[in-house]
Amino acid sequence: MRGILRTAAYIPYRRLERAEISEFFSSPTSEGQRSVAAHDEDTVTMAFEAARLLLIAQDNLRPSALWFSTANPPYMEKTNANVIHSALQLPEETEAFDFGGGLKSSIGALKTALTSTGQILLAQSDMRNGLPSGEDERNSGDGAAALLVGDETDGTLLARYMGGSSITKEFIDRWRTPEDKASKTWESRFVESTYSTLVSRAWDNALSNAGLKPDTIDTLVLAGQNQRVKKQVAQTLGVNRVLDDLSLSVGNTGSAESALLLVSALENAEPKEKIALCSITDGVEILIFEAGDAQKNTSPLEDQIAKGGPVTYRKFLQWKGMLQVQPPNRPSPTRISAAAAVRESDWKHGFIASRGDRTGLIHMPPSRISVNEGDQIDAMEQEPMSNKVGVVATFTVDHLVYSENPPVIFAVVDFDGGGRIPIEVTDVDPDDVTIGMQVAPTFRKFFTADGIHNYFWKVRPVR
Amino acid sequence: MASKGIKDKVAIISIGCTPFREHWDKSKDDLVIDATTQTLASANLTTEDIDAYWLGTAQSGMSGLTLSMPMRLEGKPVTRVENYCATGSEAIRQACYAVASGAYDVAMAVGVEKVKDSGYQGLNAFPMPTAGTNRTLTAAAMYSLILPAYAEKYGVDEEKLRMVVAKIAEKNHYNGAKNPLAQFRREISAEQICNMAAVAGRLSVFDCAGVADGAAAAIVVPAEKAYDYTEKPLFVKALSFVSGNGSGLIDPEYDYTTFPECEAAAKDAYQQAGIADPKDVLAMAEVHDCFTPTELILMEDLGFSERGEAWNDVLEGNFGLEGNLPVNTDGGLKSFGHPVGASGIRMHYECWLQLRNEAPEERSIPRTERNLGLVHNLGGYPGEMVSFVSILGTEIG
Repeated sequence: MRGILRTAAYIPYRRLERAEISEFFSSPTSEGQRSVAAHDEDTVTMAFEAARLLLIAQDNLRPSALWFSTANPPYMEKTNANVIHSALQLPEETEAFDFGGGLKSSIGALKTALTSTGQILLAQSDMRNGLPSGEDERNSGDGAAALLVGDETDGTLLARYMGGSSITKEFIDRWRTPEDKASKTWESRFVESTYSTLVSRAWDNALSNAGLKPDTIDTLVLAGQNQRVKKQVAQTLGVNRVLDDLSLSVGNTGSAESALLLVSALENAEPKEKIALCSITDGVEILIFEAGDAQKNTSPLEDQIAKGGPVTYRKFLQWKGMLQVQPPNRPSPTRISAAAAVRESDWKHGFIASRGDRTGLIHMPPSRISVNEGDQIDAMEQEPMSNKVGVVATFTVDHLVYSENPPVIFAVVDFDGGGRIPIEVTDVDPDDVTIGMQVAPTFRKFFTADGIHNYFWKVRPVR
Repeated sequence: MASKGIKDKVAIISIGCTPFREHWDKSKDDLVIDATTQTLASANLTTEDIDAYWLGTAQSGMSGLTLSMPMRLEGKPVTRVENYCATGSEAIRQACYAVASGAYDVAMAVGVEKVKDSGYQGLNAFPMPTAGTNRTLTAAAMYSLILPAYAEKYGVDEEKLRMVVAKIAEKNHYNGAKNPLAQFRREISAEQICNMAAVAGRLSVFDCAGVADGAAAAIVVPAEKAYDYTEKPLFVKALSFVSGNGSGLIDPEYDYTTFPECEAAAKDAYQQAGIADPKDVLAMAEVHDCFTPTELILMEDLGFSERGEAWNDVLEGNFGLEGNLPVNTDGGLKSFGHPVGASGIRMHYECWLQLRNEAPEERSIPRTERNLGLVHNLGGYPGEMVSFVSILGTEIG
């Protein structure tokens, strides 16, 4: 018997009030907020954060594969999952693959994992863009989810996979070329009519595949880009409870949506609850689960949603690449060295420091020779810092340095249990930084030069 | 400290310095030629008379060719040196040791930096291939960490301390306004500086050194031959250098109110020169005022003020032209800007003028029995720094 062993979600800190967009364009006001990835986040860093939360929760789970899905990959050709793999410090023997491109890849990866073998860590992530004032810009959100799929022999299943169905149908619904910043869609009436015939067929097939009667499904989880289609399906399938789709608090997270909603469903599920996940994207995919005992997530989705902070529409447009602003008159960063990045990988990706063998003094970055003569040369031990918490000893605000989001806030951070580093603080406004503030490391994209993304660590406030 | 020093073994017999400017009309070669020929001419020497050269530049050229080609030197050894913002002083230091060793009788140090051809603001280091994990903060931001740390440690009101460091800029610009070689020749009040927008922490643009092109040069000979060249040589009493181990960046005990590398370099220099209390014997000092808080901290690290008292000494005017120990009488990096390879030699040039009573009347230090000057030149940031100190005097002994 296979199913889902653990889940975790990652919602970026920033929220855009949709009313701000309406105000800017003097258009009728719209409700709610959307989540916004910061200027230093991308689908890889968010997927990592979700996967890290999942793995923090329990040490005895050992994924044999990491599958990353997104419709907004930082790299083409180069495997994005490798970056996440390295940041998670997974063994080199653990597979890492991208299931990317189409929005359907993420549910496809989940279904494939459920019918495969071994423990498979799915990291699904998206950053959703749209042209200013448009529906996609307003209704979308950024976020990630991680699901660990495995056998019941691996551990207690959070959700047992009962069966499902697929219907594949080629038609022009929503599309985007790799060069485009925003997607386009066909007229909604055509799309609604096409999906409605597919969904009922898929529903019957899924129930029959899972050996269930129609009225036995407790919760329907609907994923897909077309709101009107979802509304229609919710009415026609006649399931009592349709899970809230987070449209008012997060927005539609595209490739991450189905996994994120599944996390939401499982964080709140009763034992034995039957959950049907129905993804309406270039066809229909239905997966039916029976919930086990609810898990207690380290950082539940609801908490993350509640702990957002505002971003202005101006910054949102900048971060999304829709508003190009004058950079400072400083040289832009140069590309990193591939060879140096490999040599320093444990530090760069894993944030692993070194600890003096005798004094215990922690060195960030790691060092072969201690600043304390009491330690022996080349005898330092590895000291992982990524899951530690520190406090701000002192800080400054730099308006001069090159940054995609000036000013840069820099703090000298002392970690609990030892270790000091001067490091950038992200997800915070300059006026909110205080000495003594608790911060934790977060994996971010620093800049891109010559098409190479430079990933490394910053800290962000513990909230 | 294990250094023995070379007290009174060598002397400087000529120094020259170009104006520090945005020299749009001069190349690096022009600046090198101007400083070198001027320094040779004032000692009535030619390039042939110099046995060996040290050329300091951070990033305006590589190898000795940076000097030997524009100067068309024939068969002479030229060594290019680099040591961050202390590059100019490093060139002097190496020239002094070469002469002290007996290897050469006449050595010349030349420092140059052509900064303004880059098209960017500020000083920007050449990018080296890295893993992308290096800190990206500006120097201004790193030095801005000093103010809150100092205020907290010594219980000084932060607003007051902000005014104190603005007073340092005011003093240096007051001095620089009287110096035709300085880049900025306008006085500015501490109040004006305090009212400017912050660019890094509490620091405004006027808390930072300027950016200029420039060159300077010095000629070194054995002490016993000094009077063959000039009636008023400057004898080298001490040369010290400390390159830090970076512990400040990782040591939770480091509190950003001192630069241990500078304190150690000063201690070494005083020991070499046989100085017990610098406040009592130095006639003047040129120190590395790259940012106003740097000069504040240096007053303590160099032993000019007691710990926690520099802010008070600044307010008392102790380091002004008429003060007990005038500091940066030429206007400092604040007024001159900072052509990295040249700045250290420029600092020695001011000692040359002041100790020989050749500084213009309006900015000359009080004439006293004191005949020692100190040069302090650093590179890097709080926590990871190189520091140079030299002491020069007009008499042997």
